[in-house]
Amino acid sequence: MSIGYIDLILFFLTFTLLSIPLGLYIANVFNEKINYFAWLEKPIYKIIGANSKRDMSWQEYALAIMLFSILGVILLFFIQILQGFLPFNPQGLGKLSWDLALNTAVSYVSNTNWQAYAGETTMSYFTQTIGLAVQNFVSAATGIAVLIAFIRSFVLTEAKTIGNFWKDLVKSALYILIPLSLIISITLVALGVPQNFNQYVKSQVVDPQTIHETVNNKVETKIVNFQSIPMGPVASQEAIAMLGTNGGGFFNVNASHPYANPNSLSNLVLMLAIIIIPGALCFTFGFMVNDQKQAWTIYITMSIIFIAFTVMLMLIEFKGNPLFNKFNIDQMMSSLQSGGNMEGKEARFGIFGSSLFTSITTSVSCGAVNNMHDSLMPLGGFIPLFLIQLSEVAFGGVGSGLYTILIFVILSVFIAGLMIGRTPEYLGKKIESFEMKMVALAILIVPLIILLGSAISLVIPAGLAGIGNPSAHGLSEVLYAFSSAANNNGSAFSGLNANSAYYNVALAIAMFIGRFGVIIPILAIAGSIISKKKIPVTSGTMPTSGFLFVCILLGVIIIVGALTYIPALALGPIAEHFMLFK
Amino acid sequence: MKQLKESFLALLLLTVITGVIYPVITTLIGQFCFNYKANGSLIKVKGEIVGSELIGQNFSSDKYLWGRPSSTSDFAYNPLASSGSNLGPLNPALLSGIHDRVAILESINKGIAIPVDLVTASASGLDPEISLASAYYQIPRIAKARNISNDAVKVIVDQIANEPLFGIWGEHTVNVLLVNLALDQKEIEEK
Repeated sequence: MSIGYIDLILFFLTFTLLSIPLGLYIANVFNEKINYFAWLEKPIYKIIGANSKRDMSWQEYALAIMLFSILGVILLFFIQILQGFLPFNPQGLGKLSWDLALNTAVSYVSNTNWQAYAGETTMSYFTQTIGLAVQNFVSAATGIAVLIAFIRSFVLTEAKTIGNFWKDLVKSALYILIPLSLIISITLVALGVPQNFNQYVKSQVVDPQTIHETVNNKVETKIVNFQSIPMGPVASQEAIAMLGTNGGGFFNVNASHPYANPNSLSNLVLMLAIIIIPGALCFTFGFMVNDQKQAWTIYITMSIIFIAFTVMLMLIEFKGNPLFNKFNIDQMMSSLQSGGNMEGKEARFGIFGSSLFTSITTSVSCGAVNNMHDSLMPLGGFIPLFLIQLSEVAFGGVGSGLYTILIFVILSVFIAGLMIGRTPEYLGKKIESFEMKMVALAILIVPLIILLGSAISLVIPAGLAGIGNPSAHGLSEVLYAFSSAANNNGSAFSGLNANSAYYNVALAIAMFIGRFGVIIPILAIAGSIISKKKIPVTSGTMPTSGFLFVCILLGVIIIVGALTYIPALALGPIAEHFMLFK
Repeated sequence: MKQLKESFLALLLLTVITGVIYPVITTLIGQFCFNYKANGSLIKVKGEIVGSELIGQNFSSDKYLWGRPSSTSDFAYNPLASSGSNLGPLNPALLSGIHDRVAILESINKGIAIPVDLVTASASGLDPEISLASAYYQIPRIAKARNISNDAVKVIVDQIANEPLFGIWGEHTVNVLLVNLALDQKEIEEK
């Protein structure tokens, strides 16, 4: 009921306290100190045929990821095309168009979960569980695998290989994602989320409503006596969609659907599920490189970004919409109502539960939503958009968040090294020209897709056709779509009608390049760094922990993000803000 | 070629584990331990399903508590078409919608400020709840239509109202369908 500072502090403390032990657990899984699933792993590796003792060079590791992911796209594409012939389809849902199936397949494989469809009327239970949820698991596991390989390069010295992809993949799924998903999904069922394979339920309505339909230019009056309530394995899907920072909703409105997120407690569980693994991985990093100071430096940098933007979003949304002041509407927070800008929000979450969810889902690369971002205030919409454009480094996606911020760490070390005239090094490894080329590639490829994609869409008819809101807000919708796709977030300003051949294909390309165009340079850096000697720490070594380095890292992240996107943002949410408060 | 075969087998195995075994285990545990919730929290009156606790319904009669405006297609609160309005804060369509809803409410409760959630569309279009302020706002209309006292309605609303967890986590809301079923029940009992 208050603006929620106490809730925010409590949430953040809970999150931090859970992250540390989980981080240690994950580190021990990859150090092979924890191996209670060894009996299950053995036959799996045997069937795959990968000699788990044989490690891969970075090129082999990257090839395995690409083959595995492209096969995933193909399989998911055909599941959707053949949906009508497959079982577990009580509603008899038919096949998807080729462009929507392609878009969805790339979306799930790239850990984006951009959704140009409405789940309850498009996807059968077969497609949801055996198609989409599988990619929710394996795309998240791939992210963790890449991160672990990257961390290894700072631990090992003068090695030629960065690990075995199949082993990292299977371990991520078995030890981390599946156990946590089981816990979260059962918790969600206990809180009211359905979990069944039943047909949709036909139910009476208490107060029948009269509607007017236009049929053949004649207005017909109809009375709605019944409603059809969708069912399905919602809890199991939602749990992994959050934990894997995928964000794909079972229903069209994702986690704002009362079946997906029935109360404030389920809202808390979902938010923790989104942020817990990305937070824990910071500490996993600390345990693996055996230097918790480095982990805390990154964790605090992420926390500052996250908390600052969350508080700003809450303040903006609690203020409400000034255009409503001419009506006799009460937007003030009180002991009886949340107040604020309630358009596109659910009563049970209010402004606090909605704003916190929004900042988590966009700073963590999840993309699930519990309120409609399109209806946020102009600067309220600016915040999730900018959090996405900052490459989702404030915890970020599972694996992807930490490997992305490590890229910014290397860039910071390089810039700071230039300023004071020292050879840049991180954790005892020299940063040289090959690494810096790859860092530049990884940092620049995403903005390139976003700005180019948005610019093209704003001049061609196929792009303009999808826009749902007039004026500057329409530009924000397009910019948000490409930012979300290229950064593998998946949330949307959903007024944009993105289910057209143009947007389906354009955004599929953006998601694919945004995912693998970053993963491959990361693996290349890992391959190069792992082959280097460790340089002993001397008094001349620049420290990469502590207050000063947090400031440098923050500065680099904000400056790169701001310089790249402020011109585009000025035409969208910022222009809209000044139209509202002129 | 060898790598392709490895990829294929890995995908197949993980599909079985995460796509079949995982949802089956969750469904079995869910159905066994939380049967009512796992099947959608459906409410039955005299053996007939009259809705779900969690899925809002449209109410427009004076004797019922009204819920949030809904933007679902075909008809309001269509559970097959969950959707928000997706209107931006400056969109003229948003303001004209608000104008119309305010006009209807003002014609009944003149002068009293309208709680904002009663005139703004929810995110899902299926919001089962409204703020307590919105519920209190409607009490005089319901009491008049049912010819009972304001207090009798308020008692029912307060019984069903949700408290924030530990007093801080969550909102003061009330489930619209449950209040209306309770109001109808009370009317039957008193006859």
